[in-house]
Amino acid sequence: MNKPSLVVIGNGMAGMRTVEELLKLDPDKYRITVFGAEPHGNYNRILLSPVLAGEKTVDDIMLHTREWYAANGVTLHAGDPVIRIDRKRRSVQAASGLVVDYDRLLIATGSKPFIVPVPGHDLPGVIGFRDLQDVDAMLAAASVGGRAVVIGGGLLGLEAANGLLRRGMDVTVVHVTASLMNQQLDAPAAELLRASLERRGLRILLSRQTAAIEGDGKVEAVRFDGGETIPADLVVMAAGVRPNVDLARGAGLHVERAIVVDDTLQTYDPRVYAVGECVQHRRATFGLVAPIWDQARVCAAHLAGAGHRRYVQQATATKLKVTGVDLYSAGDIVGGEGSEDLVLRDRRGGVYKRLVLSGRRLTGAVLYGDVADGPWYFDLIQTRADISAIRNQLLFGQLI
Amino acid sequence: MIRTTCPYCGVGCGVRAGAGQDGAVAIAGDESHPANQGRLCVKGSALGETVGLEGRLLAPMLRSASGLHEASWDEALDKVASGFQRIVAEHGPDAVALYVSGQLLTEDYYVANKFMKGYIGSANIDTNSRLCMSAAVAGHKRAFGEDVVPGCYEDFELADLVVLVGSNAAWCHPTLYQRIVRAKDARPEMRVVVIDPRRTATCDLADLHLPLKPGSDVWLFNGLLAWLAAQGALDSGFVSAHTTGLGDALDAAGEDGNLRQVAQACKLDPQQLLAFYELFANTEKTVTAFTMGVNQSSSGADKVNAIINCHLATGRIGRPGMGPFSLTGQPNAMGGREVGGLANMLAAHMELEDPAQREAVRAFWDAPRMAGKPGLKAVDLFRAIEEGTVKAVWIMATNPLVSLPNADQARRALEKCELVVASDIVLGTDTNALAHVLLPALGWGEKDGTVTNSERCISRQRAFLPAPGQARADWDIVCGVARRMGFSGFDFSAPHQIFDEHARLSSWQNGAGSQRRRVFDIGGLAGLARSDYDALEPVQWPVRRPGDREKRLFGDGVFAHPDGKARFVATRARLPAHAPDADYPFILNTGRVRDQWHTMTRTGRSVKLAEHVPEPFVDLHPQDALLCGVKEGELARVSSSWGSSVARVRHGGGIARGSVFVPIHWSGQTASDARVGAVVNPAVDPVSGEPEFKHTPVRIEPFGVSWYGFILSRSALALEDAANWTRIQGAGFLRYELAGRTPVAGAAGWARRLLEVVDEDADWIELEDRCGGVYRAAHLVDGRIEACLFVSQRQDLPARAWLAQMFGKDALSSQDRIGLLSGRAREQGADPGPTVCSCFGVGRNTIRIAIEEHGLKDAAEVTACVKAGGNCGSCVPEIRALLACSSYSK
Repeated sequence: MNKPSLVVIGNGMAGMRTVEELLKLDPDKYRITVFGAEPHGNYNRILLSPVLAGEKTVDDIMLHTREWYAANGVTLHAGDPVIRIDRKRRSVQAASGLVVDYDRLLIATGSKPFIVPVPGHDLPGVIGFRDLQDVDAMLAAASVGGRAVVIGGGLLGLEAANGLLRRGMDVTVVHVTASLMNQQLDAPAAELLRASLERRGLRILLSRQTAAIEGDGKVEAVRFDGGETIPADLVVMAAGVRPNVDLARGAGLHVERAIVVDDTLQTYDPRVYAVGECVQHRRATFGLVAPIWDQARVCAAHLAGAGHRRYVQQATATKLKVTGVDLYSAGDIVGGEGSEDLVLRDRRGGVYKRLVLSGRRLTGAVLYGDVADGPWYFDLIQTRADISAIRNQLLFGQLI
Repeated sequence: MIRTTCPYCGVGCGVRAGAGQDGAVAIAGDESHPANQGRLCVKGSALGETVGLEGRLLAPMLRSASGLHEASWDEALDKVASGFQRIVAEHGPDAVALYVSGQLLTEDYYVANKFMKGYIGSANIDTNSRLCMSAAVAGHKRAFGEDVVPGCYEDFELADLVVLVGSNAAWCHPTLYQRIVRAKDARPEMRVVVIDPRRTATCDLADLHLPLKPGSDVWLFNGLLAWLAAQGALDSGFVSAHTTGLGDALDAAGEDGNLRQVAQACKLDPQQLLAFYELFANTEKTVTAFTMGVNQSSSGADKVNAIINCHLATGRIGRPGMGPFSLTGQPNAMGGREVGGLANMLAAHMELEDPAQREAVRAFWDAPRMAGKPGLKAVDLFRAIEEGTVKAVWIMATNPLVSLPNADQARRALEKCELVVASDIVLGTDTNALAHVLLPALGWGEKDGTVTNSERCISRQRAFLPAPGQARADWDIVCGVARRMGFSGFDFSAPHQIFDEHARLSSWQNGAGSQRRRVFDIGGLAGLARSDYDALEPVQWPVRRPGDREKRLFGDGVFAHPDGKARFVATRARLPAHAPDADYPFILNTGRVRDQWHTMTRTGRSVKLAEHVPEPFVDLHPQDALLCGVKEGELARVSSSWGSSVARVRHGGGIARGSVFVPIHWSGQTASDARVGAVVNPAVDPVSGEPEFKHTPVRIEPFGVSWYGFILSRSALALEDAANWTRIQGAGFLRYELAGRTPVAGAAGWARRLLEVVDEDADWIELEDRCGGVYRAAHLVDGRIEACLFVSQRQDLPARAWLAQMFGKDALSSQDRIGLLSGRAREQGADPGPTVCSCFGVGRNTIRIAIEEHGLKDAAEVTACVKAGGNCGSCVPEIRALLACSSYSK
């Protein structure tokens, strides 16, 4: 028992992937203790929307069961969140009062939904979309039917809205800008998406700033800046997330928008590492899974003492997980000075593709309706391949 | 199936043709026809594709201030008759003219010639044959005393040496060329020499190709004559017994100097020239065949005679396997010559300027007003029209605005002309656009009569299709006008009656009294009943008495001059009329391509024929292209002092430095700016009046455009935005090759206007690469492709073939729809199977194969190998299931 102690705060995808990578490198290096706020093993948070939509079960999305922790000698304290980090004593204290010393600490506290601070935001019936508990709340609301309003027309909001729709609710998506998924899509693709979602039965209200959530004791309506009001029995806040940094800040770690880490995922305290949605690396924060997998691999290497990796930010790709809607976005779709667009439009066929080129390289792709080549484009973006010779065929994909 | 003849080149192949129940026309070679013995070239084989009625002129039309409108035959014929009558009354008979064609049947030609020379009283009837073989006619008449081709096609097979001069027979007389190919296969010792500035397809067969300097043919054959004389290789017995004038001819030939000097004049390797001279000297059985490269020259007749001189000097004429041989261009140029349908002929090989013969013809026709002097030859005729001395012209079966040299002059002429009448089978031609009266004629398959091919073989061209609309036979139209003008002698009701009159005229007073015996005599075919005429088998003239057969003429040494002797013509070599200079440094040569005929009004309809050479081109040497700043595949302007045209630059590999070649076929109907006739100089041969199509000084410049493109469209388009276009017939669509100067801004709206799509909601697919200068769009209607447009700043447009196939589909598969704008089929790679990992688009089969091939044992290895499961991980359970099923786990 003289192995050094590694304490992991956060039993989510980022923390556990790091543990997994670490076990691969050196299974006997640490005594590992994992604290999680949720009373489960580790599940795949990305797949909450298929669970909400009824396409997958909770069992389907479990990544690490309690048995796994036992089998791998990892101590799990699920449902017992850490409330304090004592860097001087090198220990953490959980809500239950349990105190565990660490030689190395990994913070993987993730993020929490951003609840728009409008009047009525704390009414019963206003929820985020982050964890299994939120899914349970939505399923409960859906079981009695009624009207749901999803605030936020981004990836998460649309997946939530789709799930609620599939569960029989009357769903309105409210989005603050003039086009859906404006982080990932350009206006024409967003327009195709809007039309497709409306055909499926979603109501979509664009350019609406939520002014208040109204209700007497529970949610009854959502009111916008212009005074327009729509009825609501359930309000899902999907207007973005905020990194969970309270613990780190309380421990005196350097925090800006999130916990600042270097290329090795080390915080300003050399014994403390952080990964996932709670970190800030070179001014960027993270919400998609691909960069977090990269962080986990780098962080694990350093925890294992094999400090040979550096975390480098890569382009990311997104797919909307709404069955029947094919949408893919990768890389930088805004483009900058000197960037060039290749565009394919087939309105009747429901296909839109835009590729953003910078010099001889592909730097971004937006695909709607025909996404089969998305991964190929993503690969071209990541490998910085010279595409000048295939420029004329690029829009038609790899098959050619 | 009926037996008829092909309406294209002068080989005159027999064709079996018939219309099926569905209207489709079946075509086959006629095995019993002596010209082709069952074989057809690609143009002949495609005849069935050209007989459709789209675009046909099916009713008479008159032009008024408001444009063309349909009229009755009576109105139209009255208009022509009264117009001609008035102009003749006011300005005399020479103020009217006919400009006819080697496409006419002999009967049509006969009636037209009779109308002008015996009744209007003017010899102003000339023909597009003037542009083609009038030099050969002049050469024959000077040498033999009459326009006679002495040999027959069989001679090409019997010869030990075939010399092809200025002839790309492989493309222009294909079935005859194939006869030579087979003969050489059977007798490999047979030799073929091609004399042509270009290395053409015909050179494939050649043992020796002499790429002489353009226009230097007379030097070459004068040199041969002198060399033969110096070698003692002349047949002095034949020369002294049957010819006169050798001395003068040798004197003239001697002026060109020795073999080395001749080689220099012809820009040939002296060794090669000597090789040819020796081959000629040592080969008794030599056929020297010549065509446009010889004829279309300002010294065309002299070139012909320089060739004939060599055959007379060696006595090689009229015997099996030897002789000079003029290959005619058109199916019935020879028939036209027989009836006298040229401005310097009278009729039936009788001479206009011979009073006795003129009187003979007058008497035969009982003509009221005989022409007394030669009329205007083609180039002079259009000059006279522009000058206003000829005020009415009736054009039949030809398209002078495209085919004449200095063709813009022809346009100016017709624009000024008081009365332009055109008999044609199609409505839309450059010439018809200027006609005041359009008369619908019968086309091939509808008309009935005779034609004569290059070997003097008269064949029936028979109808197997009904007369469409109100179309009438050309002879019938001419008779209608003649009768309205009060002329008797035009009461024919069927072509056999005309043929009979023609046959009788050929033997009329033939050899009587002091008159010379005319070789052209088909008196033996006179008096044929309709049924006999209909059953007439191909027969070579002369047919003095029924049953006569004469394959070869002059073999007995008796020629058609009054003294029975052939004439040597002293041919003094001279340079072409216009020499290249600093402004126009290149020599333009024009000619045909393999799969098109003349101005494409018929062959242009065939999809099959469009494929070989879809666009007008200018072929030149790559180094010359560099000098001119033009690039292969891009457009270039070809300009001369007379006009200009635009064509795509090509390096065919057969053109010497300093020369360029442009095909003749494209008109204002098929291309925006490709009438090479407008570029060609109007110089003519002083003897024959044949224009110098093969030698015009030109300049080549880049035709700068900002984009290239093409359109395939089910309907015809106006294309006002294109700086240059060519229209090509496709199967169920028209293809336009385009180039433009205005940058394509706001491409979508621009493209919709170009494709004439007005419906805002139209099914429209587009691709835009604005910075790359690429725009592509497709317009679909009911799931079927209606039109597509591809535009690029660079020469990187996709092939048209796959897109063309899409027009044959009633509905596009989703694959085809997606691939439409790529312009090519999406290749079916290995089927990846249903998608397992949607993040990385990895299919089940791909994963299975990876597991098997690499022996993967867990999901992480699968991820490492094919990426699947490496992102969101939702497919990992499926991957595990696949691992469990794999043979490795067992």
